[in-house]
Amino acid sequence: MSTIIDSNPLESEAIYIIREVAAQFERPVLLFSGGKDSITLVRLAQKAFYPGKIPFPLMHIDTGHNFPETIEFRDKLVEELGVELIVRNVQDAIDQGKVVEEKGRYSSRNGLQTTTLLDALEEFKFDAAIGGARRDEEKARAKERIFSVRDDFGQWDEKNQRPELFDHLNGKIELGQNVRVFPISNWTELDVWSYIQREQIEIPSIYFSHKRKTFLRDGMIWSASDFVYKEDDEEVEERVVRFRTVGDMTCTAAVTSEAVTIAEVVQEIKASTISERGARIDDKRSEAAMEKRKQQGYF
Amino acid sequence: MEVLKIATAGSVDDGKSTLIGRILYDTQSLTTDKLEAIEKSSKQKGFDYLDFSLATDGLVAEREQGITIDVAHIYFSTNKKSYIIADTPGHIEYTRNMVTGASTSQASIILVDARNGVVEQTYRHFFINNLLRVKDVIVAVNKMDLVDFSQEKFENIKADFQALIAKSDYKEQNITFIPVSALTGDNVVEKSTKTPWYTGAPLLAHLEQLNGQDLYEKSQVRFPVQTVIRPKQANFHDFRGYAGKLYGGDLSVGDEITVLPSLTTSKVKEIYFFDQKFDTASRGSSCTITLEDNINISRGDMIVKSTEKPKVEKQLTAKVCWMDNKNLVPGTNYFVQNGSNRILAKVKNVQGRIATDFTGEDTSISSLSLNEIGKIQIQLSKPLAFDAYDKNKASGSFILIDTQTNNTSGVGFIE
Repeated sequence: MSTIIDSNPLESEAIYIIREVAAQFERPVLLFSGGKDSITLVRLAQKAFYPGKIPFPLMHIDTGHNFPETIEFRDKLVEELGVELIVRNVQDAIDQGKVVEEKGRYSSRNGLQTTTLLDALEEFKFDAAIGGARRDEEKARAKERIFSVRDDFGQWDEKNQRPELFDHLNGKIELGQNVRVFPISNWTELDVWSYIQREQIEIPSIYFSHKRKTFLRDGMIWSASDFVYKEDDEEVEERVVRFRTVGDMTCTAAVTSEAVTIAEVVQEIKASTISERGARIDDKRSEAAMEKRKQQGYF
Repeated sequence: MEVLKIATAGSVDDGKSTLIGRILYDTQSLTTDKLEAIEKSSKQKGFDYLDFSLATDGLVAEREQGITIDVAHIYFSTNKKSYIIADTPGHIEYTRNMVTGASTSQASIILVDARNGVVEQTYRHFFINNLLRVKDVIVAVNKMDLVDFSQEKFENIKADFQALIAKSDYKEQNITFIPVSALTGDNVVEKSTKTPWYTGAPLLAHLEQLNGQDLYEKSQVRFPVQTVIRPKQANFHDFRGYAGKLYGGDLSVGDEITVLPSLTTSKVKEIYFFDQKFDTASRGSSCTITLEDNINISRGDMIVKSTEKPKVEKQLTAKVCWMDNKNLVPGTNYFVQNGSNRILAKVKNVQGRIATDFTGEDTSISSLSLNEIGKIQIQLSKPLAFDAYDKNKASGSFILIDTQTNNTSGVGFIE
């Protein structure tokens, strides 16, 4: 029987973009957080270069407040793939006095990642950083290009973006500039989960239902941990939850869930009426929270 | 799942954002938190209805000025299809964004205000869809609630639009007229009871039955090589794989191929997609192929079927849409980029500026400025394998890159 490639247009597009990055830039890097989107990127990169290895390193900007399950997963995956992993820590920037730790009820290290990321890009002279951001996540991201040029300070100038036409991706930049690349720009949350299901990709256990010590604030479920600020009157209780999006502990809320398999997770996402970033505490700060962070060089 | 990309165009206040917001709302694509945000903002502004335009206007400047200033991408899905809407602004100064949005879209929605009918901007919106050869165009006559759902108004607008279609040189385009009210939801997702005289489908039902083939229609096989994979591992010691995305048609093991521009020939030996081998690579897939013969191929080369060769030349004529603040002046060097191939080139001359209202060509000018469309001749420093845009969108289009600023200055459609 003759076999034909069953091509998924979103997958084809992502593989095409990843190959363009490898060809057009001298030192690309894949930003890896241990979340489902960056895990999907790793699979797409494997597919892009098979039987060759992924021709660029992975880099994790570690806030130090990650879920231990994510770190464990990260190290296992890197070993299996035989790729280089670079880790840079937000703690170092705090120790050097470059950034100041936030205090109080909503304190988080999420925003502090920007300094560490920009320092690391400069340290390794990376000219392209591949990330798993998607346009459906958030309003400002909906306007992001696939090849997004940043200046020496990592800033995003949303009013002066290069037009992107057909499959002709322009990666020409000047020395000192770098490009953020988003191969899964056009995927939705459901596309990512369906892909993980179809490809049988392993993901960290916190994406599935488990028991966790949590407390309630502003209608969201927060993890009780030494890293997360908690008022004395906020009561800690064990709940059956999972995470829909995985940032660090201080900016990711859990959702009540019994889903223990990918199929159940996909069913849950289909039925959900809350957006993924509705569980991101960092976006709740103001209507333009993401746009402001992006202008400063955030992912 | 099938993916359908749609571009939208409309003049200021035609209600484009409201239409998109309405589609999202009626397909239950707006999540509770987004809906709450819309309710909150609508209330703050003192509206007694939900302002769906808030669902799409993303950037701070846009919310302040109440306009859309860049291409925004909006996603929703039905049981049948995944939809991607490129929401592009319609003001005259933003032609470049409209061209950008339409370049990756298989279908397009042009909004017309039922009260104003076909206006000068409608000409331009239709012209761009015509220039880019967008296969399916939907003319949504909006704000029908403000003209009492009058059939006569609708038919008049249709007749005015027919006059435009008569001027089009793209006869294969499918054009459909639908009377809608984005604000009240008539004929958007639900069929309206107020337009018994309209026998066609509502907007979404129409989109659902469109054939969602990829943007690059079936023509001839074009396989531009992005990168050469040479793993140099024990089990793949002599492996030389050519990786790229396949346009125009399917490619199978055993097919006789020609490599351009060198004109070397060989046969397809294997087709890989990740760790599996296939007999045939389907159009649109990003695959890796190996050849029977060990020949010299590098990034930027194009593999085609030996029976279907494109042109390979150092000169070309193209229509361009100019996208840079710096004017296009003859004698200037630019990089021509087509997919993975980037070649230094010189713009020999600007033959004329093409009016976007179908009134013809002005041959008295010699430069093009931002948002203008013209016809130019280009001299390439090396031969390029290409097709006419009408024949193959992927190998028939290119971008021009400024050699000093690296900006994407324009897009070309080869004649």
